[in-house]
Amino acid sequence: MGQFFEMGGYAGYVWPAFVIVLVVMAVLWVASRRGCRNSEHTLAALRKNRQQQGIDAQ
Amino acid sequence: MKPFMAVIARDLHLAVRQGGATFLALVFFLLTVTLFPLGIGPEPAILARIAPGVLWVAALLAAMLSLDRLFQADFEDGSLEQLTLSGLPLGAIVLAKTIAHWLTTGLPLLLAAPILAVLLNMDSEGFAALLLTMLIGTPALSLIGAIGAALTLTVRRGGVLLSLLVLPLYIPVLIFGVSAIDAAVHGLNAKPHVLLLTALTLAAIPLCPWAAAAAVKLSLE
Amino acid sequence: MSMHYFANPTRFTRLAERIQPWAEGLAGVLLVVGLYLALVEAPADYQQGDTVRIMFVHVPSAWMAMFCYSFLAVASAIALIWKHPLADLAAKASAPIGAGFTFLALVTGSLWGKPMWGTWWVWDARLTSVLILFFLYLGYMALWQAIEDGQKAAKAAAVLALVGAVNVPIIKFSVDWWNTLHQPASVLRMDGPAIHPSMLWPLLIMALAFKAYFVALLLVRMRMELNLRRIRALQLAERTT
Repeated sequence: MGQFFEMGGYAGYVWPAFVIVLVVMAVLWVASRRGCRNSEHTLAALRKNRQQQGIDAQ
Repeated sequence: MKPFMAVIARDLHLAVRQGGATFLALVFFLLTVTLFPLGIGPEPAILARIAPGVLWVAALLAAMLSLDRLFQADFEDGSLEQLTLSGLPLGAIVLAKTIAHWLTTGLPLLLAAPILAVLLNMDSEGFAALLLTMLIGTPALSLIGAIGAALTLTVRRGGVLLSLLVLPLYIPVLIFGVSAIDAAVHGLNAKPHVLLLTALTLAAIPLCPWAAAAAVKLSLE
Repeated sequence: MSMHYFANPTRFTRLAERIQPWAEGLAGVLLVVGLYLALVEAPADYQQGDTVRIMFVHVPSAWMAMFCYSFLAVASAIALIWKHPLADLAAKASAPIGAGFTFLALVTGSLWGKPMWGTWWVWDARLTSVLILFFLYLGYMALWQAIEDGQKAAKAAAVLALVGAVNVPIIKFSVDWWNTLHQPASVLRMDGPAIHPSMLWPLLIMALAFKAYFVALLLVRMRMELNLRRIRALQLAERTT
């Protein structure tokens, strides 16, 4: 088990490499999902607004 | 052919009348080259070693900084649109303007380069290669730069964006240009490097005006 | 079922919503399996020790960096030539993903290089090419941001993408050229030793995991771009009424 964390003495290189890969992928994922959800809300609000103002048919 | 030459003549006239651009490019070239001994130290051996690279990088930057006057002024006062109505295809107009740009920027840089090479203590073996690579390479800089200038036409303060777009594309020109001079300095065969550089420029002549014209058309719509 | 079948945004959105969970699930599974193989199962290298494990994230990141740019270029070509209405959105959506993997390729390359060659950065051909590719991505994204008119931005970005695509092989060739001129006879390869089967599986699975992740993320971003385009259209309409 210790071997696993030690990575033959190279822990300071191997672990940061894997961690940063996962972090960047996660951050990109979360940011994109959030951006998508925000855009959906904004679009829905805009459409509702137009509907209430009677602009769009139905 | 006449309208094509007319566009070149027109741009040359404007450049002469405004006067500043060529002078500025040359001063910038000289200044940038001067910064290196000041930054690195005056040791002749080191300067000689870095001279080809410094000369090419400085020329490249000077050419790049002059790109915004390729289309900007004409675009702003409407004469670019006027030119398109002249019947000459937009690609030809772009090529003509690029030639004029080279005549007022690349060519002066090429002529100034040997003098600056002396300042950097460059090996005498490299002078011929320096002139040859600049002669072949600076047109490529104008051609490739035209694409960047066209893409950033409608962008306010597009100068920095222009640099970001154009500098990566300049890298092959830089690499082949410098390696040719380095080869000559070390007594090796510079021909393969020069041939590659020539191939780049030749390929750029038909392709770059076409791409730049597509970008200019966007801005005019 | 031609390409233009998916030009209809609503149809695309419906399809995207159906595919996405599968892509996400696949990415998750492959990632877990790949990480296990990379960190636990794969043997340490005779010369490089455990640092060779970094290869299992570095090489797939570099592959993705190249793949995303190819995708971006093809989508841009489709947008310019066939004027497919979703193609430029696909290109725009893929750019941050490609830039992200390019960044990861650089960082993991640096972390791999330090124990191997003693420096944090080494100007070898692959790392240098990837660095230049990073600039190409940044320029592409910056151009989209800089031009206000969405349609003009799309076309300009497409032109830039194609110009970049033509240049990528030229840049790669010139960097390889430059590298061999300045490199001593021993070639420093970031691939590591010849790929042993026990090395191959983690590599392939990580590569596939990244691809599945790309698909899932692309669909999310494309839906977002589609919404943003609709929002802009509505806001424009409101300003003119």
